[in-house]
Amino acid sequence: MNAPAPHRGGAAEARRRRRHRADRLLRLLGLGAISLALGLLGVLIATLVIGATPALTQTKLRVTFAISPELIDPADPGIGAYRLILRRGVAALLPEQPTTMAEWREIGGIVTGNTQFAIRDAVMADPSLIGRNLTLTVPVSDAYDQLGKGLTSRDTPPERRKLSDREIARFDALTARGAVSRPFNWELITRSNSRFPETAGLAGAIVGSFYMLLVCFVVSFPAGIAAAVWLEEFAPRNRLTDAVEVNINNLAAVPSIVFGLLGLSVLIGVFGLPRSTPLVGGLVLSLMTLPTIIIVTRAALRAVPRSIREAAHGVGASRHQVVLHHVLPLAMPGILTGTIIGLAHALGETAPLLLIGMNAFITDPPGGILEASTALPTQIFIWAGSAEHGFVSRTCAAILVLLGFLLAMNAVAIYLRQRLERKT
Amino acid sequence: MNQSFQTHVAPIGAAAAKISTRGVDVFYGPKQALFGVDLDIPRNQVTALIGPSGCGKSTFLRAINRMNDTIAGARVEGEILLDGENVYDPVLDVVELRARVGMVFQKPNPFPKSIFENVAYGPRIHGMARSRAELAEIVVRSLRRAGLFEEVKDRLDAPGTSLSGGQQQRLCIARAIATRPEVLLMDEPASALDPIATAVIEELIDELRANYTIVIVTHSMQQAARVSQRTAFFHLGRLIEDGPTAEIFSTPRRRQTEDYITGRSAAQRPGP
Repeated sequence: MNAPAPHRGGAAEARRRRRHRADRLLRLLGLGAISLALGLLGVLIATLVIGATPALTQTKLRVTFAISPELIDPADPGIGAYRLILRRGVAALLPEQPTTMAEWREIGGIVTGNTQFAIRDAVMADPSLIGRNLTLTVPVSDAYDQLGKGLTSRDTPPERRKLSDREIARFDALTARGAVSRPFNWELITRSNSRFPETAGLAGAIVGSFYMLLVCFVVSFPAGIAAAVWLEEFAPRNRLTDAVEVNINNLAAVPSIVFGLLGLSVLIGVFGLPRSTPLVGGLVLSLMTLPTIIIVTRAALRAVPRSIREAAHGVGASRHQVVLHHVLPLAMPGILTGTIIGLAHALGETAPLLLIGMNAFITDPPGGILEASTALPTQIFIWAGSAEHGFVSRTCAAILVLLGFLLAMNAVAIYLRQRLERKT
Repeated sequence: MNQSFQTHVAPIGAAAAKISTRGVDVFYGPKQALFGVDLDIPRNQVTALIGPSGCGKSTFLRAINRMNDTIAGARVEGEILLDGENVYDPVLDVVELRARVGMVFQKPNPFPKSIFENVAYGPRIHGMARSRAELAEIVVRSLRRAGLFEEVKDRLDAPGTSLSGGQQQRLCIARAIATRPEVLLMDEPASALDPIATAVIEELIDELRANYTIVIVTHSMQQAARVSQRTAFFHLGRLIEDGPTAEIFSTPRRRQTEDYITGRSAAQRPGP
């Protein structure tokens, strides 16, 4: 037998070069895909951060309002000429006093539209203010905020900007007096929605989303685990359970807006649950999360080694003891991770919430799961569709807040998994 | 072909037997794994089940404490009598059966819990201890009997999985005897262990014989010869021959037994 060595010589050399080239190509393709994904993510985050930066601060005006007794009903401090008090207070900061009604209106419009009610509320809370001075730092209205942040150029022709030269001059005079400041915009997360971008915040949406996820967790976590345990550990293998299994997988792929329709027609229409509430939202989201939790739980149960089940059966544990004492605790890290990722998914879900009315205009955080509320993604949706300039940056900021929550939830999932896995 | 014909060299009689099986067939779905096994297993002796892979010896072992119940599609026919009581009797509770018939598996499989919890689990679920102190006593006694106590007495809270392979297997034996069973089933208990750990386990099996009826599946002829008093040889799902170990190894009645024990394969065997 004198056959040439099959792994030496020119042909083998060529084969090796081809193989190495293919290896390199595959690696480069993978690297390219990863770089593309990371690059796009980077662009997204950078756009959001740049877009959201203006919303991090809010231009404010420090005004001292003289609460003149003659402008307030002595019997009821809720009734009074608060608009006049407001206008006089701002005018006092200006070098030139207004003469016409139009000028008075312009001066009142420098600060946000809610200011007169803020003054009224302060007086109603403390009637001893009557006859004294009240100093407040109030947000300026959107057009001035944009000007203060330099987002409106003074070179724009007057007919194409919201503020006239006279109004800009007034604002500059206020700035020169040191009455204008630009502190960090905590109101973004302490206040709820508002018509005016300068006072609009996410508190209501955050609380609403929290209640919704709470409902979603309380419903889908136990139900999902119970369903998965039954399917995996107890169910007989027959046509019925096969059908159940197929349909659970199908359910996970149903477009979320369909669940919204279901919530609208069944939960609200048939059962008469209150519209726009975290209860309905949470129930709809739990319908969506349930198949995810069932699927991850079954995978986690299946990953528990057979030897552990045998060991437990071997010492005479009954089926429920095997599941509750041994299999479920071992599967818990996987179940928790899957659940949190399912919840994070639910947190970002928008379409079904639009159908059940969680995109309503609501200015207070909900006090419970039965009060009308918005949620973070629907709040973003509402703001994105609002005309005022200030909502642009606030929309970006709201998206960042939502992404922050998602990131935090995923971090919790990773932390839990590592901690629980170390323990076992 | 007369493989189904069985020879009882030394009939021990159903009266002396702890376990006697009559016509045991086991099916996995449509596939039959055991064919009419009749075997008497005497009390306080070690019975070794030997035979080539896939011969049904593990299946037979697992039929005794109904571990096959946990496998979907498995079905057992015939009678397995434990002290004259059919273990497949519908009125018999499988949980009590498994408390009476302990099992040790091929691969050490301690629970991912502490050493103490591993041993305490069985007694606890069967309500065998009225107090924490009583439970601790059972745990210590079981660990001592399994020859592990001296090695782990300072770290009963350490996870069972932190022990070496041989120690883990002894922990599993301690876990199995903690429920005070009458029978111990061992499915190749030393196959995953090194020779020293194997020797320790074999010594332990010999000691345990005084209190338990032991059935052990093994692939090692030497092990069967060392630890068992009786041996049963399985081939292709049938019990070919059983009897005192010394006789089976020195003067097997059947050709298949002799071929297996001497290491000759069917291909090398001259034609009939």
